[in-house]
Amino acid sequence: MSAPATWVPSARQLERDAFRRTRAQRSTGVAVVSTVALVAVAWLALVSSPGWPRVKASFFDWDVAKASFPAVLDGLWLNIRVMACSAVVIVIVAMALALARTLRGPAFFPVRAAATFYVDVFRGLPLILVMLLVGFGLPGLRLQGIPTSAVWLGGLALVLTYSAYVAEVFRAGIESVHPSQVAAARSLGLSHGQSLRHVVLPQAVRNVIPPLLNDLVSLSKDSGLISILGAIDAVRAAQIETAHYANFTPYVVAGILFVLLTFPLTRATDAMARRSGWIGAQSTIAGSGALR
Amino acid sequence: MTPGRLRNPPPGRPVTLDAPLLSVRGVRKSFGDHLVLDDLSLEVRAHKVVVLIGASGSGKSTLLRCIDLLEDIDDGVIELEGQDITDPRLDANVIRARIGMVFQAYNLFPHLRVIDNVTLALRLVHKNPRKDAEAEALAVLERVGLAEKAQAFPDELSGGQQQRVAIARALVGSPAVMLLDEVTSALDPELVGEVLSLLAELKGTGLTMVVATHEMGFAREVADEVCFLHEGRVHERGTPQQVLENPQQERTREFLRRITG
Repeated sequence: MSAPATWVPSARQLERDAFRRTRAQRSTGVAVVSTVALVAVAWLALVSSPGWPRVKASFFDWDVAKASFPAVLDGLWLNIRVMACSAVVIVIVAMALALARTLRGPAFFPVRAAATFYVDVFRGLPLILVMLLVGFGLPGLRLQGIPTSAVWLGGLALVLTYSAYVAEVFRAGIESVHPSQVAAARSLGLSHGQSLRHVVLPQAVRNVIPPLLNDLVSLSKDSGLISILGAIDAVRAAQIETAHYANFTPYVVAGILFVLLTFPLTRATDAMARRSGWIGAQSTIAGSGALR
Repeated sequence: MTPGRLRNPPPGRPVTLDAPLLSVRGVRKSFGDHLVLDDLSLEVRAHKVVVLIGASGSGKSTLLRCIDLLEDIDDGVIELEGQDITDPRLDANVIRARIGMVFQAYNLFPHLRVIDNVTLALRLVHKNPRKDAEAEALAVLERVGLAEKAQAFPDELSGGQQQRVAIARALVGSPAVMLLDEVTSALDPELVGEVLSLLAELKGTGLTMVVATHEMGFAREVADEVCFLHEGRVHERGTPQQVLENPQQERTREFLRRITG
């Protein structure tokens, strides 16, 4: 290789680099100024509105925020536990549903049809309806062994609805793997199941991790819906505190906590999406940056 | 908005037949630690066909992508019609519209019909009304012999037909130069001929082309100049007779021995 270790950029190249740097600095400057201006305008519009002093007193009261914080945080801990447990069950149920829908052959028709029917029904039903029907309908059966606590019933409703969504995500992932991969696996003598397990699913799951994390973010917020069944989660706790202080600040506290909870998840989704080329695939066309 | 950017500047000086249409001087490009183009220079005169040969990784594709401004070069100059197109002040989209690029894997847009693949740039870049664009596109499709496939989708065509559509797509808008990057490498052997004879035909109309290829027969018949690329440099250049029949460099001889078997 004749690569000279002593390459010195030409004057023309240095001039080009300098111009690009200046331009990058200028666009950064424009971005900073416009962001600051936008925030300032929004802030001024808020603060100068006629009702602002009253809104400030009833939504942004620092003392109420401090006083209600422990109770709301306590509630959030329930949200986190419900979310984590249902997420595990959702992934298992959803994968089973997705696999059931990919089964071929007439013998599997009932399985396939049942899975399709399940997904159709629970994707179509609003979560809040499932929550109410499960939460108040199931205990009404007075069956032995059916949980009656709002937390368990709420978690069940989350699982029923979300597994239908996540099953579709998995199915899309399975179908995104090119048929030639199955052909290659089968040509080696792997069975249908072996090809799925060792060739298709690893690629399928990797392809759908960003949408899966997206559903997890969504789940973390929807776990707040168990409050309508009476479970004391962050939303319900905020409601109780709001009634106690006759001030809406606890809702704002709960809102901030939910955002803080989902923030790492959304960042993780972005990072993973970028790594698997969902975002920024264009930038690989021209090395470092976007094409000029 | 990016400041300090000229739009549609005129070419630097009038182009004459003996001035190079495309001039690449001292171009350097590396990907990380890997130096792909090393102080490479190349001149292409109007109406001439320059064929780039060389092993995989010798820099043929990267050179074409740098000329089409799909990659930023690390150093050097690329001039098209006397204008330094690597100047970051210029609008690269305007430059690219003056260059026709054809890719190895066709890169047709699968969701668009043949006619819409060909009219896309005419409508969006050259701002022609759809009717005019379609008339021009049909004329170009006629030239590549595919006017009757205008309403087909790319996946309904054979590989050779798809590549001819890709050539038509690059041809509309009358580019100053056509860059062709191993355009027959993805084709079945019996389809290679129809694409190569189309290129020979286009040469007859006076089109300027830079062609990276492994088809030595094509190089022998159509090229005005053959450049053998090795380790990011033009290692040997000359007429097809000189380079292919009577190579002076050992590397060139070795490469030719290997591909002719």
